[in-house]
Formats: sequence, C-alpha cells, structure tokens
Amino acid sequence: MNESTVIRTRGLTRYFGGRPAVYELDLEVPRGTVFAFLGRNGSGKTTTIRMLLGLLAPTRGGGSVLGCDITALTPEVRARIGYVAEDHPLYGWMTVRESGTFQASFYSRWDEKIFQNVIGHFGLKADRRVKELSRGQRAGLSLALTLAPDPELLILDDPALGLDPVARRSLVESMIYLTRRADRTIFFSTHQLADVERVADRVAVMDDSVLRANCSLETFRNQVRQVRLFFGGTPPAIPPVPGLLRAVRLERELRLVCVQANGGQDAVLKQLGAERIESAPLSLEEGFLCFLGERGEQPFILSGIEAKYENSGI
Amino acid sequence: MALIFNISAGSTTPIYRQISDQVRLGVATGKLAVSDQLPSVRALAEDLVINPNTVARAYTDLARDGVIETRAGRGVFVTKKRRVFTREEGWRRLAPLLDSLLGEALAMDFTQQELREAFENQLSKWKPAKGTDHE
Repeated sequence: MNESTVIRTRGLTRYFGGRPAVYELDLEVPRGTVFAFLGRNGSGKTTTIRMLLGLLAPTRGGGSVLGCDITALTPEVRARIGYVAEDHPLYGWMTVRESGTFQASFYSRWDEKIFQNVIGHFGLKADRRVKELSRGQRAGLSLALTLAPDPELLILDDPALGLDPVARRSLVESMIYLTRRADRTIFFSTHQLADVERVADRVAVMDDSVLRANCSLETFRNQVRQVRLFFGGTPPAIPPVPGLLRAVRLERELRLVCVQANGGQDAVLKQLGAERIESAPLSLEEGFLCFLGERGEQPFILSGIEAKYENSGI
Repeated sequence: MALIFNISAGSTTPIYRQISDQVRLGVATGKLAVSDQLPSVRALAEDLVINPNTVARAYTDLARDGVIETRAGRGVFVTKKRRVFTREEGWRRLAPLLDSLLGEALAMDFTQQELREAFENQLSKWKPAKGTDHE
C-alpha cells in the first residue's frame, strides 16, 4: 500500500498522427514530494497527465500510479487520486453546495470540513451558482472538490492558469497546507516559477515532448550557472564550452550561462585568458529561460549592433 | 523582539538562503538575542507560504554553523555565540569579499580615505544594541 514511489513511467510515449507529444518518458515521483512539472505550452505536460490518469492510452511504454498500472486503474485507486483539470470542468447550474453534495456521493471518504475550509479560503458562498463564479472562484471550488476526499496523490494541471494574484496565493497556501501530512504527494504543472520556488521540492522539465531535467529545485539552480569573464580588450569569439546555454559577448566581457558539466568546463574557461572570472547567480526564472531558450552559441544580435556602431563611427 | 522575515521568490538568492541570511543579520545587529525563540519549521513555512523543507534547510544550515539550536520538544533557539570558523578559515572566506568590495569601490573612484570612513561608519551601525545580549 505504501510504495515509496507514487508515479513511475517507463518509456511512456504517445503519438498524435506522426508526431510524438510525449516521447520515451521515464519519470519517478517519490511519495511526500511537491513535484513541479514544467515546460512550454505544447511540450507534452497535459498529455502526460492524461495518460497517468488513464484518460488517454499510451502509444507504447507505460507506467503505474500508486502501484497500479495506468491502463487498468481501479475505482479504489482512482478514489485515492485527486485531479484538477486545466479548465476546471464543473456544472454551471449547480450551486457551490450542490457541487459538494454531488461530488461527495462518489466518494466513500469525504471530509466536509476540508470542503468548507477550502471554499471559505477562496471566499466562496455556498448558495452561489457555479456559472456566476469568477475564474479564481472556479479554481477554488475545483480544489475544494478534489481535496475533500483527502487524496493521497494530488495531480493539478496548470491550476494557476488565469488566476489573479490573490487566488494564486490561496492556491499556494492550500498546497502548503496539504504538506502537513508528510505522506501526501502533489504533482502539478505550471508556468508560475515564483510559485514553484515557494512550494516545489523537485522539478521536471519537458521540452518538445522529451524530459530534459528531473532533479531537486536546489540542484536545478546549482546546475545552471552564469559566469562572467572580464578581458583587458576585445573578448575572444564564443568558445565551445561544454553545456553552453547562452552566450553574450560584450565590449570587454563574455557572459556565459551553462549547465554544469562534469569537469572540462572550467578548463576551457581558464584557457581564454580572461583577467578575471566571476560567477553571477541567476534567478530561477532566468535559469529556466536559458535552459529552455534558443541555443545561444551565435552572438548574431550583438555582432549586428557592433557593426552598426562601427559604421556610425562610435 | 521577534524577527520579521521578508522573503521574495524570483530573487537570485534561494529562499532558504534568504531565511538563514536574515537570521544571521538579526543576530549580528542585535535584533535577535541569545535564547530568543524562532518559529517552528511548520509555523514559519505557513507564515511565509513556502515549502516546510525550505525552512528546514535554512534551520539545518544555521544549526550546523552554531547560530541556532533545536531543543527537543521546546523549539528552536538562538544559541550562545561561538566562533564557527577558525581564524584561518575566516580570513580565507573574507579575502574574496574584501577584494570584490575594494575592486568595485576603487573602480568608482572612491579615495582610500573615503573608504576608510565609510567602513568605520558602517561598522558602528552593526554593533549589537545594548541589553539584548544575555551573556
């Protein structure tokens, strides 16, 4: 019952037409973690989540959730998973209270106190019709309906999408509250890196249907590093540094962002003849942008500017 | 006096470091005195709306460096000040900070005299306030 890994996939792959939406995904989510699932739009996050919940069949490969094969999830296992879908599907004609009563009828385990606490936290009135709710309130109701059965595993597909700052904070507070139980796991996709920094233990990054990073938040921050090299004169051309993500060539400086590679990197940097080498920390967001941005080996924008300055005699 | 933490996501400093830096600063400036109690991991996490593991990480670093200690069943307290690093290790850590400071300052055309005065001036603000040290 108490597996230490709550989500496990092996070679999980899904094609739409001839194009893979998720390709050869190997993922393990340890019990008790708050796990952020990141990546640009269309990188395969929602497809992955839908396969984990048995809502979409894999083309090949597979996985298990709470120890149960994802292509054969039993109602008992489903009852232990809470899922908030991206678009918060709800019945508009029901009131908030009716939504709760309706949802409760599907679960043997339903904690009305949790339901009341969460709708209170989002400022929802029990007799309001769902169709009259704001986007943030709909998110709050979805979350209340999902949390009340006290799920062991909470899967949230971009829960912060379209929320105002107040509703977003309520969402993050609810997630922190859930970690009171050390055996509860949260797996959530998002674009809000500030929220990730606040709540996540681990991050996984999807890029064009492939998993490109899967580590603790701290490791991610340590692995993506920025180095500034200062020169007496014009810096040399951008060097072939292993793991280079972004390079900016300034008048007397090379500014490089690279993924920490095993050895090699520092040796290459030292050979460039810089007067001084400094490391400059990056925010999580900057590091993430470099990680997923265009490869920056060619300083094409800057050489363009240089040329213009030369022509104008500066 | 209780310390008020000020945490921002999106900084170049990880949140756990923001917390430990603020506790160290609190001790250095006398806002936190020996035997002052800090909030529990859970309480601070919910107060700052951050993952409890982040607070635990900050507290672990502070305890390792002898700034705080956990007394079983009672909570987290600021410890009696003791030297955390040997003098030699201290200088090794201080040297690059001084180099960086002086390098930037001289590059901005401050004179040596101005720097000495600024240094003295800042230093006087950092003395712990009287009456907060229980030793």
